[in-house]
Amino acid sequence: MKDTRTEARPIITLEAVEKYYGDYHALRGISAEIRQGEFFSLLGPSGCGKTTLLRTIAGFEDLSAGRLFIDGQDMAGVPANRRPTNMVFQSYAIFPHLSVAENVGFGLRRSGLSRAERAAKVEQALAMVGLAGFGGRAAHALSGGQRQRVALARALILEPTVLLLDEPLSALDKKMRDQMQGELRRLQRQVGITFILVTHDQEEALIMSDRIAVMFEGQIAQLDTPQMLYRRPVSRKVGEFIGVMNFLPARATVADETHIEVEAAGLGRAVIGPDQLPGGWHPGQTQSVGIRPETMSILYPGETTDRRVATGVVEDLSYYGDMTYYEVRLDGVERPMTISMKNLVGRPVLERGTEARVAWDARSLVLFA
Amino acid sequence: MKRPLRVYAILYLGFLYAPIALLPVFAFNDGTVIAFPLRGFTWDWFRQLAEIPALHAAVLNSLKIAVISAILATCLGVLAARAATRFAFPGKKGIMGLIMLPLVLPEIIVAVSLLVVLLQLGLSLGAWTVIMGHVLIATPFAIAILNSAFQGLDRSLEEAAVDLGETKWSSFRLVTLPLVMPGIISSLLIAFTISLDEFIIAFFLTGTEPTLPVYLWGQMRFPQRLPVIMALGTILVLASVLLLAIAEYARRRGAARTGQKDAGGFL
Ligand SMILES: Nc1ncnc2c1ncn2[C@@H]1O[C@H](COP(=O)(O)OP(=O)(O)OP(=O)(O)O)[C@@H](O)[C@H]1O
Ligand SMILES: [Mg+2]
Repeated sequence: MKDTRTEARPIITLEAVEKYYGDYHALRGISAEIRQGEFFSLLGPSGCGKTTLLRTIAGFEDLSAGRLFIDGQDMAGVPANRRPTNMVFQSYAIFPHLSVAENVGFGLRRSGLSRAERAAKVEQALAMVGLAGFGGRAAHALSGGQRQRVALARALILEPTVLLLDEPLSALDKKMRDQMQGELRRLQRQVGITFILVTHDQEEALIMSDRIAVMFEGQIAQLDTPQMLYRRPVSRKVGEFIGVMNFLPARATVADETHIEVEAAGLGRAVIGPDQLPGGWHPGQTQSVGIRPETMSILYPGETTDRRVATGVVEDLSYYGDMTYYEVRLDGVERPMTISMKNLVGRPVLERGTEARVAWDARSLVLFA
Repeated sequence: MKRPLRVYAILYLGFLYAPIALLPVFAFNDGTVIAFPLRGFTWDWFRQLAEIPALHAAVLNSLKIAVISAILATCLGVLAARAATRFAFPGKKGIMGLIMLPLVLPEIIVAVSLLVVLLQLGLSLGAWTVIMGHVLIATPFAIAILNSAFQGLDRSLEEAAVDLGETKWSSFRLVTLPLVMPGIISSLLIAFTISLDEFIIAFFLTGTEPTLPVYLWGQMRFPQRLPVIMALGTILVLASVLLLAIAEYARRRGAARTGQKDAGGFL
């Protein structure tokens, strides 16, 4: 499934896109290709320029420099109303003076379709988002989730090449959000339209996306699949932003083209194989390495393993029902690290102050360039 | 409410409205002298109203001036309110402050300075000069009303319409205009009322055709006409109250329809 997507042609091409608001440099050399039919997310902290990038694609902001192609066509000078994109606004921007059907059918005004054809399309679009029969309702009397669906139907009815969504789920409560994440994903597969989703919620991005661009301060820090982003963040900043990651100081003892050997504080020596070799490591140099909480485990008394073992003390823990997050301070390390353990039968939750043996693998160490 | 406060409130309202309440009292009083005791009921003064051609000319003149002033002030108000709520530009605060200044400027100052300028320019006085003056004083009210109408609008609404294929202008027409329409109606009615009731500017800038307030003032010299003026005043008060009530109703309904919080407005 992934493979066909990887082969898909680019539908949006960004070439060194720059955007200034006066003196403020909002987008700094954004280059990326977004593929036909993929669910693409722009993920980053508040103010990093996600909305700005989405709005430049939609045509609401001019580029200060660089080029933007949609479906092979240069978008320079093409106004928003002639671009093959449609947008779901963060506020949903439902027209409050129109009915649900009039809202959804708004984009068909210039389609040249007959009244009956339009009504049929509207009903079809409403059915697609689960609002069949809601056409006659007044738009200002809808719930948050319903408004969101109306906004979706209104944008999708024009069958855009690309659908742009600016934090569409941020106004919903947690339960509704979880449900809509699933629905949005299904809808995207069903219509096959490229979706570009802006979000600052890393979990949402991981769940929904085929690929994610992580943005910091107007730049794309990493563009990858959710799995690669999680497993192989290219920088400490990306690793910290997505999920939980522990960082340990490590000194390179050997570094050549085929492998790197590091001495990681608290864990010990590890040989890093060729599939995870970043550049920029030199013997004698100290840098941080990352390791995810779930790639380590605490051994119970009597439990044996063929994995590497380090020792430490449980300093604190947070119990989540299905999981427990332990803060373990390894011998010789200043800051405790987070280790997550599934709560299985026969594995009682450990107490604070317990001496713990920690099993880990060299393969799960992440080196940053 | 505490007792002194209640007394104060009643005195205040009495002071405010007693003179106006006297208008209808004497408009229906069968006697030429405006004094108690009352001398019986009559429709006579209202009947006489119908028989004064100069009065009719003044009413028509006033209506014409008020309608045109209201439309011009509201158009300017729409432009200013949209610019003020949508765009950031250098000196915005200062410019808006200057536009709103006539709200608190003594009208006599506005009237005299306009008169001086018009005479210096060699323009003759007439309905158009009064309209200019009235637009000047009504526009701040229009802007204040329309500002609150525009402020409540989500700016993504127009963008959404553009995104769905409409041009900037048709988006404004299809989305923004219907949503601010109650504000526009409210602004039209209030500007109309302001112009209709305005005396000082009209007094200075009117040419040979007086507006209604100017005509009324002229009639004050004839004591025997006073009951007729009272009758006319009664009609004017009723009309003003009615118009303002409609204006406020329109504004509130608009706010409710777009789901905004009720903020601003003069009533
Ligand atoms: N019209 C504008 N004029 C000036 N600065 C702007 C404008 N729009 C956005 N900015 C600035 O550009 C930066 C990026 O804004 P943007 O809205 O793209 O952020 P974002 O990543 O979408 O953040 P959020 O998650 O808070 O929505 C911000 O610092 C913002 O203040
Ligand atoms: Mg944003």
